[in-house]
Amino acid sequence: MVANTQLLLSIEDLAVSFDGFRAVDGINLYLNEGELRVIIGPNGAGKTALLDLVCGKTRATEGSILFRDKQLRGMTENQIVHAGVGRKFQAPSIYESLSVFENLELTYPKGRNVIGSLFFRRTAEVEERIQATADMVGLGDRLEDLAGLLSHGQKQWLEIAMLLIQDPQLLMLDEPVAGMSQAERQQTAELLNRISQDRSVLIIEHDMKFVEQIASKVTVLDQGKVLAEGNIDRVKNDERVIERYLGH
Amino acid sequence: MTTILRLLGGRSEWLICLGVFAALLLVVLPLAFNGYFLNLLGRYLALAFVAIGLVMCWGYGGMLSLGQGVFFGLGGYAMAMFLKLEASTPEATAKQSTPGIPDFMDWNQLTALPWWWEPFNSFSFTLAALLLIPAAVAYVFGYALFKRRVSGVYFAIVTLSLAAAMSILIVGQQGYTGGANGITDFQTLLGWDITTDSARYVIYYICVFLLLVCIVLGQWILSSRAGRVLIAVRDEENRVRFSGYSVEDFKIFVFMVAAVFSAIGGAMFALQARFISPSQVGIGLSVELVVLCAVGGRFSLLGAAFGALLIKTAEMYLSDLFPQLWTILFGLILLVVVLAFPKGLAGLYELARDYALDHFGSNQSHAALEEHADKRSLHGREEGFLVRAKRILGGIR
Amino acid sequence: MGGYTTSEIATIMAMQGIAGLSLFGVFLLMALGLAIIFGQMGVINMAHGEFLTLGSYATYVVATMFESYAPGLFSYYFPVAIVLSFLVAFGVGYLLEYGLVRHLYKRPLDTLLATWAVGLIMQQIFRSIFGGRGVSADAPDWLQGSIQLSQMLFLSRSDLFVMCIAIAMTVIVAILLYRARWGMRVRSTTQNRAMANAVGINTAKVDRNTFALGCGLAGIAGSAFTTISATTPTAGAQYLVDTFLVVVLGGAASLLGTVASAFSIAQAQSILEFFITGSMAKVLTLMVVIGIIMLRPQGLFTLKVRQ
Repeated sequence: MVANTQLLLSIEDLAVSFDGFRAVDGINLYLNEGELRVIIGPNGAGKTALLDLVCGKTRATEGSILFRDKQLRGMTENQIVHAGVGRKFQAPSIYESLSVFENLELTYPKGRNVIGSLFFRRTAEVEERIQATADMVGLGDRLEDLAGLLSHGQKQWLEIAMLLIQDPQLLMLDEPVAGMSQAERQQTAELLNRISQDRSVLIIEHDMKFVEQIASKVTVLDQGKVLAEGNIDRVKNDERVIERYLGH
Repeated sequence: MTTILRLLGGRSEWLICLGVFAALLLVVLPLAFNGYFLNLLGRYLALAFVAIGLVMCWGYGGMLSLGQGVFFGLGGYAMAMFLKLEASTPEATAKQSTPGIPDFMDWNQLTALPWWWEPFNSFSFTLAALLLIPAAVAYVFGYALFKRRVSGVYFAIVTLSLAAAMSILIVGQQGYTGGANGITDFQTLLGWDITTDSARYVIYYICVFLLLVCIVLGQWILSSRAGRVLIAVRDEENRVRFSGYSVEDFKIFVFMVAAVFSAIGGAMFALQARFISPSQVGIGLSVELVVLCAVGGRFSLLGAAFGALLIKTAEMYLSDLFPQLWTILFGLILLVVVLAFPKGLAGLYELARDYALDHFGSNQSHAALEEHADKRSLHGREEGFLVRAKRILGGIR
Repeated sequence: MGGYTTSEIATIMAMQGIAGLSLFGVFLLMALGLAIIFGQMGVINMAHGEFLTLGSYATYVVATMFESYAPGLFSYYFPVAIVLSFLVAFGVGYLLEYGLVRHLYKRPLDTLLATWAVGLIMQQIFRSIFGGRGVSADAPDWLQGSIQLSQMLFLSRSDLFVMCIAIAMTVIVAILLYRARWGMRVRSTTQNRAMANAVGINTAKVDRNTFALGCGLAGIAGSAFTTISATTPTAGAQYLVDTFLVVVLGGAASLLGTVASAFSIAQAQSILEFFITGSMAKVLTLMVVIGIIMLRPQGLFTLKVRQ
């Protein structure tokens, strides 16, 4: 497949500093179309900061973020979303006072400006798409419930489903299985494997067992820099990675 | 009985409530009150425009504006300027040292009409200005504030300061604005005497009609996807942002709508009270309007409009009887609402309806009630009091 | 600025600057309490102005008492009045926190409404007790008159006194917040309530005392206020907007910022007042401050932190 070898995201010399502290310090990272990449590293390595930079939550001080041919640096959050980047936060961030259905409907990629939203109508196509996506994450029979009533794991899945409706080419997930039970982790791993068939996925994760379940290639960050990158088995045996992160 | 209850629990409830409210304003009040009192009620309804704007901006959008008086004032002053110019013909003002300009300008040694007063000779310009100027001001400040992510209490403080600045400005520029006395002494609108009893009725009906239009328009916006975006922003602003919405655009939009509603209210106030002054602009009125909205129900357009009318009418009667106690009572009402009934009168109505459905309703209305329980919780997170109040009401039984 | 010589301009600037100093004193005294309540706790206390008024009336009452019962000691009533104003405002603030504010910590905008209602009620009570017209106590002799700085420059003793109190209070608050154990508890409660609770800080008590202290400081401000102006039921309320702007402009959590912004706003207003009318000076200052807040919502003196 030709498409799979094409570059989707190229991050070059990316850096951000907060009052002199460089949380991300010259990172280079390249992601292919259809690739699933896991970012690991100790706390404070700059993993979340990196995702924040890509999705526009924080502004980079240096470097470039090319997505396809578009420079994401300088674009607003919603422009980056429109370009095809989706971001899931670490804590489940869903709309607790809306129903599951309405949560999903709100991310449906139509009528996202003010005028469009005033005239947005719930068509059969919208409903089908929502039903199908909810089925995929196992929330198909909970559509009418308030999202605030879901369990922690279900909230995480709901947020992933919301991103899927958005249909991004690049999906970024920040510790999606934190706080999940073993069974839920298993289900999430399967879900991620399925999702990554149609798009590129960038995941931050701490749980090495989970990482091995989903990833072929990992990037290790430390102190705002790339410490190592490559095949999971190779990285696991890298001296520096063991010293800085995995431990002996 | 059961039928009524079933209707109340159903989807058409809002329409029924609107109908009742419209009937109250269009039929009951005009029959119950004479022209003088109806004119007073009309002034209170002018405040209701601001209250429904606040429901959208504060209740749904989460932006507490303490400067809605600015927009109320812009609308009111635009209307009053037109009316004042109409009243200041060279013949009517022949005694002045400069005939043909408003009297307060003459008293302040102005010898010509300021250039920015000129266009207000035209009624159509005035109408356009009283909608467009507030919208433009709201856009500029909304853009500046929301793009910088100023929100919550900071937004409240900035808007409060705006109201303060504008009223000080108007008081200070006496020659151009009429100063602390405001703009007064006008009797006609396009040659039509607005002081007569029949004119009072007509203007009252215009005011009610415009208010109902604004309520319907507001409800349409709130029940569209835009309304759900606003609720979503209150829950998880970042998620909305990263779902591809420009959150600022929605905030600016709803702030503008609230500003335009307020300005219409201001214009209707000037027309019915036949004056406008800095106290309709400043902090006092701006905060009072928020209170009216809170008492009526910050999540309900009809509740807020009704609350404004009710509180101001109560004030009219009670402040005459007990001038000192009224202020304290007003403060206490607000305290009780904030502490125990964050949803205001609209919340009380919901309680009463649910109680009635619980106890007199059929099984079908029970189903409807449940549907409502879902729908209701969309309107905010303050569910605690409902549960509490239900327990209390249950205890009474 | 035709018509003035350079030395005249310099004198005028100095005069206005001195006038601005007393305004600075009032702003700073008002803002100190708010910097604690709003800056440290994030609570908007719309009744803050009424606590100033409360302190003013308390001072007035003390002065009247001295006048009738101990005329010989009249010169010394002020220290007593300051302590009493603080205690009264502290006490009412304590009750207000306990009875109202603590129920609303999760709803900051509702706190704003509720405290506004409290302010309204307090104003009405003042009006019922003391009447709508201003009351004022005679200043003790050592506060009357002024000090001549140069041929044209005078500094009134009461203005100097207000400033001294303002600076003394600032130093005390700074020590309390940044040197004393109490301040550490306050700051840790502000920054992470759950954690503060977990390490054994009684956060409810910290909240109550912090709020009451802020109110008490407003009481002292009120006491000082009596030396420069008569007390009316709305005396404090008219400074509310300025005070909020001072605190926000300085950066809510920064004491140094509060001092600096109180100084800048007071001086800007006072110096502008000479060139344009008082009300336009006020409008211009307000608009500039609003503009700055728009450009820098976090205030002028805050750190950029990693979110």
